[in-house]
Amino acid sequence: MSEVAKAQVVEESSAAVSKVAVLQQRAGAGVQAESPLHHVGLDHLALNVHQRGGVALREKKLLGHLVLRGNSANASLLKGIKKVLGVELPLAPLSCSAKGTTSIQWMGPDEWLILVEGGSEYGIELALREAIDGHISLVNVSGGQTVLELSGPDARKVLQKSTPYDVHPGSFPVGKCVSTVFAKTQVLLQRTGEDSYEMVVRRSFSDYMWLWLQDASAEYGLVIKA
Amino acid sequence: MLHIYCPYCGENRDQDEFKAKGEAHISRPLDPMGCTDQQWGDYMFFRKNPRGVHHEMWYHVAGCRKFFNMTRDTVTYRIYETYKMGEQPSVTAESLAGGQS
Repeated sequence: MSEVAKAQVVEESSAAVSKVAVLQQRAGAGVQAESPLHHVGLDHLALNVHQRGGVALREKKLLGHLVLRGNSANASLLKGIKKVLGVELPLAPLSCSAKGTTSIQWMGPDEWLILVEGGSEYGIELALREAIDGHISLVNVSGGQTVLELSGPDARKVLQKSTPYDVHPGSFPVGKCVSTVFAKTQVLLQRTGEDSYEMVVRRSFSDYMWLWLQDASAEYGLVIKA
Repeated sequence: MLHIYCPYCGENRDQDEFKAKGEAHISRPLDPMGCTDQQWGDYMFFRKNPRGVHHEMWYHVAGCRKFFNMTRDTVTYRIYETYKMGEQPSVTAESLAGGQS
C-alpha cells in the first residue's frame, strides 16, 4: 500500500469515530425516569421500620452505564480513559478500578463496563470519543441494565445458593469482579466490601432477580434499603 | 460436571458458564470459489469424531464471552489443557502416544 493510500485509510478510520451519532438517551427533567424495578416500589418498602434480617437489598438505580470495547495495546485508549474519567483502565482479568462515583469493571480482555453518575453518561461518552483515537466501540446501555447491592452478614449465603462461582473470601476478595451464572440468568458480580456485593443485572431479568432474591433470602430475613 | 480453566479469566469456572462449540483449528479455505464441492463440503460439514484426544472450541458465554481452545479426551472427559485462540496445542494424540511408549 502506498504512503498516500495509508494516510487515507488512517484519515477515514479516525473520521469514522467522530461521525458516530451519539444520542442523549436520558429524558428531560419534566419526565419521570423509571428504573427496571420501579414497579416494585422499593422506596416505599424501605419505609417499613419493622424490617429485620441478615440480608439487605438496595437498587442503585438510573446510573450511567457505558460498554467500552477496544484494544488495550492502544496507548490513546489508556490515556483517554485516564484523562476523562480520572481512573486507570483495569487490564488485569477480573479486576476493577474506581474513584468516587466512577468505576470501570473488566469484562473481558477487550471489554469494560464503565459506571458513572446518572445523567453524566452523555457528556462522558462525547468526551471519551474526543479523547480516544483508533478503533473503539462505546455504547450507552444505561437503559438496559441496573445495579443491585446485596449486603449484610448473610449476603454471602444468598450468593452461595444462587451461583456456581466460589464466593468464599479466599477466591473472591474485596474488589474482584466476575461475570457468572446467577440463578437462571447472568450477572456481573463485584465484591465491594467485607459483607457487600454489587450485581449488574439485565433490565428484563430484574423482576426475576427480585423474586429470586426475596425467596433466597427469606430464611435470613430481607431488609429493603432506599 | 466439568471444571474448566478459562485462559482469559485465568481461573477455573463451572461448566454451566461455558458452551461447547465443536472442533477447533478449522480454517476457512482462502479461495472459496476455487474449491470443489467436496472440499467445500468437507470444510462446511465434516468433522472429526475421535475416540480419545480431541481439540475443540469452547465459548465462555457467561463469563468473558471469549472463545478458546481445549484439548480433551472424549472417552475419559479428562481436560489436558485450555489455550487461547490462535495458539497451538502442546498436548496432542501423538505427543501422548510418544510419552507412553
